[in-house]
Amino acid sequence: MADKISISNLNFFYGKDQALYDITLGIPEREVVAFIGPSGCGKSTFIRTLNRMNDTIPIASVNGEVIIDGQDIYSPNTDVVALRRKVGMVFQKSNPFPKSIFENVAYGVRINGIHSSKADLTERVEKALRDAALWDEVKDRLTTSAFGLSGGQQQRLCIARALAVEPEVILMDEPASALDPIATQKIEELVVELKKQYTIVIVTHNMQQAARVSDRTAFFMLGKLVEYNRTQKMFTNPEEKLTEDYITGRFG
Amino acid sequence: MALQKAQVHNKRLSVNWIMTTVTALCALFVTSVLLFIIGYIAYRGISSLSIEFLIDTPKPVGEGGGIGNAIVGSAMMTLLASLIGLPIGIAAGVYLAEFGKHWYGSIIRFVADTLIGIPSIIIGIFIYTLVVMPMGRQSGFAGGLALAIIMIPIVARTTEEMIKLVPNSMREGALALGAPQWRVSWDIVLPAAASGIATGAMLAIARITGETAPLLFTALNSRFYNFYYDQPMSSLTVQIYNYATGPFEIEHAMAWAATLLLVGLILTINIAVRFLTRKKY
Repeated sequence: MADKISISNLNFFYGKDQALYDITLGIPEREVVAFIGPSGCGKSTFIRTLNRMNDTIPIASVNGEVIIDGQDIYSPNTDVVALRRKVGMVFQKSNPFPKSIFENVAYGVRINGIHSSKADLTERVEKALRDAALWDEVKDRLTTSAFGLSGGQQQRLCIARALAVEPEVILMDEPASALDPIATQKIEELVVELKKQYTIVIVTHNMQQAARVSDRTAFFMLGKLVEYNRTQKMFTNPEEKLTEDYITGRFG
Repeated sequence: MALQKAQVHNKRLSVNWIMTTVTALCALFVTSVLLFIIGYIAYRGISSLSIEFLIDTPKPVGEGGGIGNAIVGSAMMTLLASLIGLPIGIAAGVYLAEFGKHWYGSIIRFVADTLIGIPSIIIGIFIYTLVVMPMGRQSGFAGGLALAIIMIPIVARTTEEMIKLVPNSMREGALALGAPQWRVSWDIVLPAAASGIATGAMLAIARITGETAPLLFTALNSRFYNFYYDQPMSSLTVQIYNYATGPFEIEHAMAWAATLLLVGLILTINIAVRFLTRKKY
């Protein structure tokens, strides 16, 4: 099967400082790929190249190819807005909008004009909240502020918000790093559940989390891709000495 | 080691006491100036305040009358200034905060800061040349325009500061959903900064309500109720100026009363702002 996303020879710069060196890897459809590595290794930078979030940084520049469904997303005729609708993102810190719970989820649907009617919008919001395993907790207070939710709920709300625009790929940048173990477990279960429909890329600091949720793992260090392998192999019998040292906690 | 008060310790205590007292006295001085001003204005002005005073127009020189027309004029010119100044100022502030990270933004920021520092009478002269001379007469429109020009840079800069406080993660969240940049600013950032922007707007309104100099050349004054922007218009501040510089005791009393009204108004706006924003944070 062809890869959903295929990245080749990707270099990334913040001004003159190179943050990513010659990254080449493929992400298969409907699998979970985890990016691990020590802080500052470039994994967050890398995940943000996949929906061109780095465009907002004026001094950033990129060369190489990121091909999603056969289309180079860095070619001049790529519509960034359409790209971001197709490749959704969940951030490290939950970032609900200063709106009601309902409006948070409805926002992406509204701006993209996906819904056909008001009833359709309501339906889509409910479905997204159900898919994010949040519906039962918020169904009675959809009109209240999103800031009233707990941290874990806010993060699932952000996932629901991303799901509502019906993306094909979901990027998660350390989605559980600010959450307690129970909320983290919920997010992880959700990732496994969402894999049935979506291609998921997840950055994580938590190696056990990568081992639990992902099919493949990529290990980054100092802006370079050290090893990319099936997760099971990566965590039992890595090919690179560096990977083994990191996973076993010999440095990091 | 013994934990006894050594001489060094005593010296430190007394220095501490002296400095605290000095700074407390300075703080007291600052607030007492304001309290004294308000108190004295109230003392001089309260006796002349009456319903008639608030409704009547000025009578012939030396015979008293009221400031009804000045209240209406001030309100109309402040309204016009707000209608022009708030949208432009807020839009400029949004631009500076969201898109003005390059050289063009820095130039606008510098110009706005300079404009804030320009004495308001110069704004009056500017509008006099630009509007009053071609029109052939002073008008409420010219006055409102002068006030708007004073207002715009203040509103722009406070709006910018408020918008900068909106966490970037919120913008990224909207961008990641496929929102175009302008919708992110309009739908997410502006509402998130709304209360701060409203505070800035109200403080700017309070500021222009107290301006005299820019109105002297532009709106002039009028002895009558005037509801038309193309005619000279009275204002509280210019009326106070006229009464205070007049030769009659009754005019001075009216100046005090009008001053009390104006100070009360500005104070009310400031306190209201404090009150409304306190809830939020």
